[in-house]
Order: sequence, then C-alpha cells, then structure tokens
Amino acid sequence: MAERELQVQEKQQVAGAAEQTKPGLLFTPAVDIFETEKELVLLADMPGVKPADLDIDLRENTLTLSGEVLAFETKDEQQVLSEYEVGKYYRQFTLSEVIDQEKIEAAMDKGVLRLRLPKVEKATPRKISVTAA
Amino acid sequence: MTYHRLFDFPVRGWKNPFEELDLMKRRMERLSENFRSRKEFSGYRSGVFPALNLTEDKDNYYVRAELPGLETDDLDIQATVNSLAVSGERKIPAEGDNVRYHRKERESGKFSRIINLPDAVDPEKISAGLSNGILTVTLPKSEVARPRQIKVN
Repeated sequence: MAERELQVQEKQQVAGAAEQTKPGLLFTPAVDIFETEKELVLLADMPGVKPADLDIDLRENTLTLSGEVLAFETKDEQQVLSEYEVGKYYRQFTLSEVIDQEKIEAAMDKGVLRLRLPKVEKATPRKISVTAA
Repeated sequence: MTYHRLFDFPVRGWKNPFEELDLMKRRMERLSENFRSRKEFSGYRSGVFPALNLTEDKDNYYVRAELPGLETDDLDIQATVNSLAVSGERKIPAEGDNVRYHRKERESGKFSRIINLPDAVDPEKISAGLSNGILTVTLPKSEVARPRQIKVN
C-alpha cells in the first residue's frame, strides 16, 4: 500500500448542483468516510481552503460541505502551464445514522477536513436481552 | 495475396479500399474534438502526479501543486538552473482496527515529478511554502532571463 505510486486524479466537476449566483467552477472533493461504534468520521481533501472559508451545514440528514478557494495568483502573474483548475468544493451527503448535531466537530488541517459526527445515544448499537415472559 | 500478381491488376491502390474513409473519419474526429474541448478544461496533462500550474511575472516563476495533507518533511524539492523536481510521499495514517469504511476515495502513495522551466532561474534563491495543502515554489528568474526595459533614444 505504501509503495504505491500516486496517480493524477482528475478533479471531478460537480454536475446537477443548484446553479450558482457567482460564476466559477465547482469540484467534488475526494472523501473517506468511516464509522466506529460511537461516531462517523469524514475526511475530505480540500486543498486551498482556509478554515474560515469552509462551510458545513447539516439539516434534515443532509450534510453539505462547501469550501471557497481564493485565487493564489497575484494580478501580475501570467499562466505558462496549467494542469489543474481551481474552484470551489461542494459535496452533499445524506446521513443514514442519527447524528447528534450539537456535538459535531470539524478541524481543517493542511487542506484536509476532518469532520466528526457523533451518533446520538439511541443510535449506538446496544445488546438487547430477551427475557422469557 | 499472390493472386493479384497473376493478373495485371493495379495492386497498390486497392490494398485498403477504406483507407480514404478512415482518413476522413479521423479528420472529422479531430474537428469535433476541437469543438468539444473548447468547453472543457483545455489544459495540458502530463499524467504524472502532482498536477502543476506554472505562472510567471516579471521577476519570478511560480509552480503550484495541490498536495493536501502533506507535511513539509514529506516533500523533497530539487532544482537546477532550468528544471524543478518535486517528489515525496503522501501518507494517510491508519484509523484503528475497529473502523468500517463507507467510502475511500483519498489515495496515498509516492510520487516524483520533474518539469523543465521555460527559462533560467537562480537555484540559490528558490523558496517553497506549503499552506492549506497548496505547495507554492517561487523561482526567481536569473539576471540573464529577466526582461529589460530598453529606452528608445
């Protein structure tokens, strides 16, 4: 696994999202989602998004991530070679587990978002013992 | 194929009667490709990770790459007068034994890339920074390559 060579992943442009008021490109960030007994953790690659420019929204089981990326180039710079495009990140998920909305934690580090979504008490699996009536 | 030779038959022109059609097809494809690519990203692709953007202003070249989650220690940058080599490894640490994945789209692995610069730079003065997952390498143009204002007398 560690010996694998990284391949260029073409950035996936978002199709079908509601139209934007501001012009610009929208991309889907690559994410990992995993689950432990107590929480759901989401990791998303959003290079270029500052912690302040990230917007996380959860309502009615729909989680929306959107990250604004500002242009890095100064005005005097001219493009010589362009292999990737820069744009906003946008992605939505429907959460199947019941999430404790109060306890959601988000951390942005080196362009990677780590979002912890704790499950509510009710959703954590519990052993149910059957008693004979 | 030998039977052609038995008769006085124009062999050359008949090897592939569809040759002309193939050629036409290829030309049409190229034409429609040109139309299509105008809408999409028309950038150059090398197929080597990481994808780089190169810009320039009067004094510097800037090379940028999206490298989310990388530490400065994971990167190795080397430069000569006219080339820049970027290599490293992206590590995604394991999350423990009791996790079950729903999705795994982020990739880890090693990479190594070299690009040629359009003009000479000063390798001594190159600087690099990593912020929010974006690598920016600033390469000052060497004195020789810098544009000079010429006064008209």
